[in-house]
Parts: sequence; C-alpha cells; structure tokens
Amino acid sequence: MVAIRTKPDHHTYTFPGFGSEKFPNLLLRGAGDLNNWHLPVYEQQHEGYVAMRKALQMEPVAVTDEVKASGLRGRGGAGFPAGLKWSFMPKDTPERKLTRYLVCNGDEGEPGTFKDRVILEYNPHQLIEGMIIGGWAMQCAMGYVYIRGEFLWLIEKLEAALQQARDAGYLGKNILGTGWDYDILVYRGAGAYICGEETALLNSLEGRRGEPRVKPPFPAAKGAFGQPTTVNNVETLAAVPPIMRMGGAEYAKIGSPKNSGTRIFGVSGHVKRPGIYELPMGTPMNFLVEELAGGSSTGRKIKAIIPGGASCPMLDEKDFDVPMDFDNLKARGSMGGSGGLIVMDESVCIVQATLRLIRFYAHESCGQCTPCREGCNWMQLILHRIEHGQGRMEDLDLLASLTPRIGMRTLCPLGDAACGPMDSALQKFRHEFEHHIIHKTCYAQGSKLLSSVGAH
Amino acid sequence: MNHPHPPETSNEPLAPGQRLPESERKTFSPEAIAEIHAIMAQYPDKLAATLPALYIAQREFGFVSLAAMKAVAAAIGIPEGHVFGVATFYTMYQKAPVGKFHFQVCTNISCALRGAAQLLEKVCERTGVKPGQGPSPDGLWSVEEVECLAGCGVAPCVQVNQDVYDELVNEDKLVEVMEACKRGEYRPWGY
Repeated sequence: MVAIRTKPDHHTYTFPGFGSEKFPNLLLRGAGDLNNWHLPVYEQQHEGYVAMRKALQMEPVAVTDEVKASGLRGRGGAGFPAGLKWSFMPKDTPERKLTRYLVCNGDEGEPGTFKDRVILEYNPHQLIEGMIIGGWAMQCAMGYVYIRGEFLWLIEKLEAALQQARDAGYLGKNILGTGWDYDILVYRGAGAYICGEETALLNSLEGRRGEPRVKPPFPAAKGAFGQPTTVNNVETLAAVPPIMRMGGAEYAKIGSPKNSGTRIFGVSGHVKRPGIYELPMGTPMNFLVEELAGGSSTGRKIKAIIPGGASCPMLDEKDFDVPMDFDNLKARGSMGGSGGLIVMDESVCIVQATLRLIRFYAHESCGQCTPCREGCNWMQLILHRIEHGQGRMEDLDLLASLTPRIGMRTLCPLGDAACGPMDSALQKFRHEFEHHIIHKTCYAQGSKLLSSVGAH
Repeated sequence: MNHPHPPETSNEPLAPGQRLPESERKTFSPEAIAEIHAIMAQYPDKLAATLPALYIAQREFGFVSLAAMKAVAAAIGIPEGHVFGVATFYTMYQKAPVGKFHFQVCTNISCALRGAAQLLEKVCERTGVKPGQGPSPDGLWSVEEVECLAGCGVAPCVQVNQDVYDELVNEDKLVEVMEACKRGEYRPWGY
C-alpha cells in the first residue's frame, strides 16, 4: 500500500461560529484533521453512511425527487439544478435494459479554485457516499471519478478510502442486500484544463484527446462509452448525503431563494487568511473577504475581486457587497462560477493580470474551434504588446471587437470564459489600459505578475 | 515543447556506428504489459487504457518518447497515431527527458499575486536551468512553468515530481525543499 500523505495544508478552514445554525457545516466536516478520511472516523463522528442506508431503502425515483426538492444547483460553474439533471437519465423499460454511468468531475483546474482538493483530502467518504446515493437514484452500473493528474496523492487516498468502503460492503455486488451491483473507479487525468468540460471529460475518460463533443446528443443520452451518463462536480455529489440526512425541504431553507444550500468558497490572493470557507449561498462578498479572510494582507485597498474562478468577469469596488449566489452575481454582470475568489489589491496592474489570465486560456484552448484557438491567441498577443509599451489606442477597440466574435461561437464555454475577464477589465479599468498605451508603464507602479524567464 | 523530438530524421540521420538513445530502444517489461492488460479489463473499451498506459510508459521509459508511444499502442492494440495524439494533447506526459526532481511552478494569477513570478526566477537561478529546457548537467533538476495546480490558498505553489505540493513563500523555504530532495525525502521522478 502506498503511503498516504500526512502533511497539513496551511489554509484556513474554519472561523468563529462555523458549525452553528447560521453557518452549517455540511461539507467541511473535520477539515484540517488528516485522519478524517478513515471510514470509522467518518461513520462515528460525522453521521457517515446514514444517508446512504436511508436512500437505499427508498425508491430510486424518490431519491431523485428529494434532491430536486432540495434545489441543489451544480457546483461546477453552470449552476444547473442537480435533481433535474438526474431526472434526464433514461430509465429501463421491459424491452430495453440500459447501462448507465455516473461520472464525478474532479478535474479542478480553474485558477482560484481549490475546493475539490479539500473534500478529497479530508472527506473522501462523503463523496463516495454521494456517489452511491446518486448511483442508486439513477440505477447506474458504474461510477467513475475523474481526477486531475496533479492530484496523485489524493487519488491514492481516494483509492484507499474506496477499498475501505468495499470491505464494509458499501460497494460491489448486492450492496446491503438490495440486489444492486455498483462500483467506483478512479481515473487519472493528465493535465488539461479543458477536461473540466463534461463532454471533454468523457472523451478523456474514454482514452481520447480531451476535446469537447458536439451537443446534442447530451451525455444523458450518449455519454461515457456511448451509454447514458450523468456528470456531476465533486462538491455537488458531496452535498447529496447532507440532503438525504436532513431532507430536501429542510436543505432548501439554507441559503437564498432558488440558490439553496451551502457552498465552499476559496479565497486567494491579497487577503490575510486565504483558505476555504463553507458559507450559505447568498452571503455578502465583503463579509467573506473583510471579516472571515481578514481583508487586505498588504494594507492597501482592494481594487478588484474575481468572484468565482478565473473565468468570471471581475468586480470592482461598487459591487463588493454582492450576495454570493448564482442569480445575484449574474445580475451584477459576473458569474457564480466555481466559487474561488481572487482578491487583488491596488498594487496590481490590471493589464498584467488580464494578460496572465488570457495567456492561460490561449494555452489551454484545445484547438478544436477556430474562434477560441485563434481569438485567445490574438488577445494574448495584443495584450502582450500593450503591456510591453508598444500598444496603440485602437488596440482597445480591437480587443473589444474580438470578444463578441469568440463568445457563444464555440462548442464549449472555454471561449466565453476567456471573454469574461477581458471584457470586464476593459469596461471597468479602461483607464489602466490607456495609461499603459500613453505612458508605456503600469498604472499601478511596481506590479510584477509576469516572470522574465517564463516561456510557455 | 509539446511534441517529442524525433531521434532520427532524413535531415539528421544517425552517424555510422551511432545508436539510438536508450529511451528509443527500450520496450515494456512483462510486468508493465500485465499491468496495462489489467487496466484494459477494467473498462468497457480498451481505448480507455490509453491515459493510464502512458503514465506507465512515463514511469518505465523516464519520459514519453516516441518508442514509448509505440510500445503503448502495441500493448493495447490501438493505432500508434491515436496514442501520439493523446500523448501530445496532455501536458503531464513529458515528451523530453526531465531531471530527477522536476519542479513545476504555478505562475497563474493567484500564485502570481503572491510572488510566483519572482519565485520562478529564484528556482531557475538556484537550479541553473530554464523552464522547459531539459535537466541540469548533473541530471538532478528541471523546471517547468505550469498552469493552476489548485493550491491557490497556499500560493505560491510548487509541485515537485508528481506528488508533492509545497508552500513556498520565500527563498529559504525553496532552499529547504531542494536540500530535502538531495537527502532523498521526496520521491524521485519515475512514479
């Protein structure tokens, strides 16, 4: 057996009042305790596998209805109702028996997001339990967990946890006497951000290049290995056991209307206590950044916050009070995304930050659709020229004219994701771009986000 | 550098008496073949074994050379072109030799806000290698600039080989990690 890593992270996981009625602790139970992944600990201290036993005694349709009633929305980025997604799966008919698959998306690569890593590190059994419940609700034959290749130590840990569950009889043949066979396999990715998109992930799972597929057919009709498949994020599946324990209606009371439940927010960048905070949906952003994460770590004012991973449009000062849920963030022109907040203080040059983000998208574009492959590359070249003092005023109009030609014109949302930061930076911080072009230096003097040796 | 360098081309043929490098002459050991066959049996389609088999090839060959890709194709029984396509699509398959300790420095936005660009320069200075330029003369170090490693909360984030993440805020911490590598506290490349 491989050695399981025992080095703690230096994140913050908790805050005063966490675990009370106001801030329920549903996903991060035992975070920070490295022994928490053992089955006995999970069963004895965190009501482990209670929800699974309850669900296996219910009809599969009733389980799906319970998740529907909870109003749980997918935590991967798009915010699609999870129960509805589950109900799209075709059912067996007397003439036709189907092989269905449940795939868990653990390809966490969005800059600023590190929530799945914490669930896999400290609470893998909650994910396994969620996958068993999901598998039962849709009567799946297999569950696959696709985890990004960099998380090798977490894959080793999850496999050890899966073996514990198998030994306890929660996986395998005839689970708890229901006559239902189900097992979970871990699949290791190999370093491609695009594989976080569900059809690209399915292609990768089949051993192909991770290029998104044309939709329709949607995965519910034709997914992994040509069979009906549902793809859910790690956090979505980990939220299922608490829903089954407390009941869908009770869970729906947490959070804000139409955005029920708690969500893991990761805060990174210029804050005193970067880390992972589980909060009810709809918690104001400045409460999280100022109160919990301790505000600016440098003493300078906070200039911009990216509210949900790198693909979300930036927010400036006037929107820092936004309640963090899918609908409110959308109303302010941004997105709920994957829940990773990136906080930038006044010393950050927005041109550099945008260039760094666009370079990421240009690098990670799979190359399948021309608007994204060429467009991201051109945005990078133009921004590079502005950053290095060779920009022209008309470059700004050129950049603004590129984004509508990329967004919504590609098979997958990666092109749209690149347009989010580009558009918002141009709208909200246009004066910094103009300063760069006129004075050939940063508006925020001394900003050093780009290395001189870097070469992608 | 996402494509392998061919060992011999029509423009640069091998000199008389010169042999192909070791990584281009090797084949899989029987244990590795058995491992790949066991993985193939787990999935409904044998194609799904491509990615795991390439990891095995990387472990056996040291990096994913052209010979490694051909060996994977032969072991699974799929076209060589498919394996080449997959191996060149994903960045975690190293298509050129790397050092015993492969430093992967994240320079994406969250890490950059906390000094990843400066850290990358320090790593290059201390190891004496440039990102993506192969191992140092002693074969110990190589450096790569990578995208987000999902360690934004412990930024700047560095991965050494395949399984260690570390919080590297300053140069002292970096030196500490490099010393620990030399003492053998981190698993060397090849897992």
